[in-house]
Amino acid sequence: MAGMTRKQRRLALIFGAMTVLGASTALVLSALNDSVVYFISPTDAATKAQEGQRFRLGGLVQEGSVARAGTRLSFAVTDTKSAIPVVYEGVVPDLFREGQGVVAEGKLNANRVFVADTVLAKHDENYMPPEVAEALKRQGVFRPGGDAGRETAPAADKGGGS
Amino acid sequence: MIVEWGHFALTLAFAVALVQTVAPIIGAQRGDDRLMDMAGPAAISQLALIAIAFGALIWAYVGSDFSVRNVYENSHSAKPLIYKISGAWGNHEGSMVLWSLILALLGALVAVFGRDLPARLKANTLGVQGAVSLAFLLFILTTSNPFERVLPAPFEGRGLNPILQDPALALHPPFLYAGYVGFSMAFSFAVAALLEGRIDAAWARWVRPWTLAAWVFLTIGIALGSYWAYYELGWGGWWFWDPVENASFMPWLAGTALLHSAVVMEKRDSLKVWTILLAILTFALSLVGTFLVRSGVLTSVHAFAVDPERGVFILAIMAFFTGGALTLYAWRAPQLKPGGSFALISREGGLVLNNLLLTAACGVVFIGTLYPLGLEAVTGEKISVGAPYFNAAFLPLMLPLLAALPFGPMLAWKRGDLAGAAQRLVVAAGLSLAAGVVALAMQGPGPWLAPIGAALGVWLIVGSLSELALRARMGDAAPREWLVRLAGLPRSAWGGAMAHLGLGVTVLGIVGASAWPTERIAAMKPGDAIEIAGYTATFKGVKSVTGPNYEEALASFSVARNGVEQAVLTPSKRLYAAPRTQTSEVGIMPTWAGDVYVAIGDNLGDGAHSVRVYFHPLVRLIWIGALIMSLGGALSLADRRLRIGAPARAKRRAAPAAGAA
Repeated sequence: MAGMTRKQRRLALIFGAMTVLGASTALVLSALNDSVVYFISPTDAATKAQEGQRFRLGGLVQEGSVARAGTRLSFAVTDTKSAIPVVYEGVVPDLFREGQGVVAEGKLNANRVFVADTVLAKHDENYMPPEVAEALKRQGVFRPGGDAGRETAPAADKGGGS
Repeated sequence: MIVEWGHFALTLAFAVALVQTVAPIIGAQRGDDRLMDMAGPAAISQLALIAIAFGALIWAYVGSDFSVRNVYENSHSAKPLIYKISGAWGNHEGSMVLWSLILALLGALVAVFGRDLPARLKANTLGVQGAVSLAFLLFILTTSNPFERVLPAPFEGRGLNPILQDPALALHPPFLYAGYVGFSMAFSFAVAALLEGRIDAAWARWVRPWTLAAWVFLTIGIALGSYWAYYELGWGGWWFWDPVENASFMPWLAGTALLHSAVVMEKRDSLKVWTILLAILTFALSLVGTFLVRSGVLTSVHAFAVDPERGVFILAIMAFFTGGALTLYAWRAPQLKPGGSFALISREGGLVLNNLLLTAACGVVFIGTLYPLGLEAVTGEKISVGAPYFNAAFLPLMLPLLAALPFGPMLAWKRGDLAGAAQRLVVAAGLSLAAGVVALAMQGPGPWLAPIGAALGVWLIVGSLSELALRARMGDAAPREWLVRLAGLPRSAWGGAMAHLGLGVTVLGIVGASAWPTERIAAMKPGDAIEIAGYTATFKGVKSVTGPNYEEALASFSVARNGVEQAVLTPSKRLYAAPRTQTSEVGIMPTWAGDVYVAIGDNLGDGAHSVRVYFHPLVRLIWIGALIMSLGGALSLADRRLRIGAPARAKRRAAPAAGAA
């Protein structure tokens, strides 16, 4: 090591840097390959998704679909065209409600029921996950957040939507 | 009227920033002292003006002046005072004013305390700082005016999102922004050095304290955000690899690399070109973070839905400063003279390895954060890149970094002795191996990474202590004597060792909380009990409580161990009036071994509630470690002040040479 010339040291540094760069590129590519999760609307899930494939299902919680059995929760996610039944074990976020936007992550089982291990609900009264808004817009049923009265009637939304 | 004064002050600040940008840079090019001297007063008056604007905004919030749109949209008269104040920066417009305020504060600090700076470096630095400020003030004034009125004035505000009404989150943005914006100093100094085409060790001495201070704030800011997520989101997650979190983590990684490379530059006059590049990239990543958070491009629990006009504007700011600085870099960097050379096995070599791994890790986070956005923009396909990606790509880069870390401080500058360093780390290696074996034996069939992580955590902690012991030459003296030596060590030595020790503590916390948590979910009626990690949590019932701006269903749990009650936990569900939102508050009992964590879910009828009980082992160490890291940084910073004359001496030595040129 001590006998290395300046040029050799520089080469060794460059070699080290390339090694780290190469290794991290390989890591990124393999990780992306293995662990990316696609976002799918109920319509696509009904037609294209395969059993056991992990994905995110986004849409609205169908009115009247929420049922509880102990801590096991079942509901349906809809984009008004298709609905996918979902089961979830655990406590849903505070903002989970019928008729509101929801994103569930998990897999379809053999009965084409979506077994979710994560449930995300929209973040506040006026926010909808963009994918949900997008999916609903494509179905032509998007109402921008029920937000129309916002400019003129500040107090009118008290109690609204809950 | 005060609100209009605020708006007016902000507009004036824009004009002053224009002066601060143009005059000193032209002055520095022409060697015109009078133009260069305008920088200082401009920076100070800019601070005064933005402080007036920010004060006016807070005044409007405290007085619940709902004729101001920003106040109406984000505040409510029934909110506690502290959240009225923090509401001023809990929204887009206000947070951008806070951003500018910190930017101006830094500029003014350079103006006041930078008397010993070489005149041209100071003028150029303040000029660049002024340019950044100019861009953000233009952004605020044209797209995000916080002082806009709404007529007729509404009677009541829409309220601040209740999950943001929290002490940790009130402090989180100021700390985070102080970190983000703090890195603008390193950026401004780097661009100034490139404009001059000259850079030396004194430059690094000037840049280091700013970078260190920014890093300390950013560390605290990230830790606060993580702690908030832990107790507020209801299940004890402390890090989600959410893009908003990554937005602050990327500048942290790059800033950590910058701190270390600046040491090499200061001590050995080496790695100059790389340090300048890192300074530019670190601030560029701060801008990327601002773009991600403020443009609304993200799909995330944190993200705000904001109009795209703002996103495009921030993107333009980001492109201008990053692109401009990198162009300047490509043009001027080859002129910078290379500094001292070093053997691969040396302190410098170790710090280069640190930099390689940290920047590679930062790149991994960058790709994981931006790839989904890019893919969606190009193909319209929506994907989510989450924890599995980061675990697979980020952790393998961190493991060698942590393993190599304790060797670094043991190696000499220029040429080190690896075998010697290993010998000094024998105790650390032994204890770390023992920790790994104990973890393996205790966890049984757990993740294989956990014992390795536990070993690495202990390795870092004991390695840092060994470094201090070695510096105090513990071996060859009576205890009394080496304790005196230990106390006499420079603060930067203590600071560095503490920061590394803190990292070890955080690693232990991460291992415990990720590898060994236990979870119970149950439908419970009053009187029911649940067992977890040797504790028994008994559900006592739920009662209704009325808070200042919410209604609360307050549950009560008695947590006992061996039949002895340890604590009563009161998790709750809150329903806020404005905006009408439901939130959960959890009950946490911290112990040395971990946290008992209780969250209450929905009312299932019949008096039964769904209940989640967790045991999160060692989780508190994550934030304690971050705190130790920050304290270490602050301690090093205190050391810098003792040497504030050093750059000045270097300047005086350099002055005759510069005069001759």
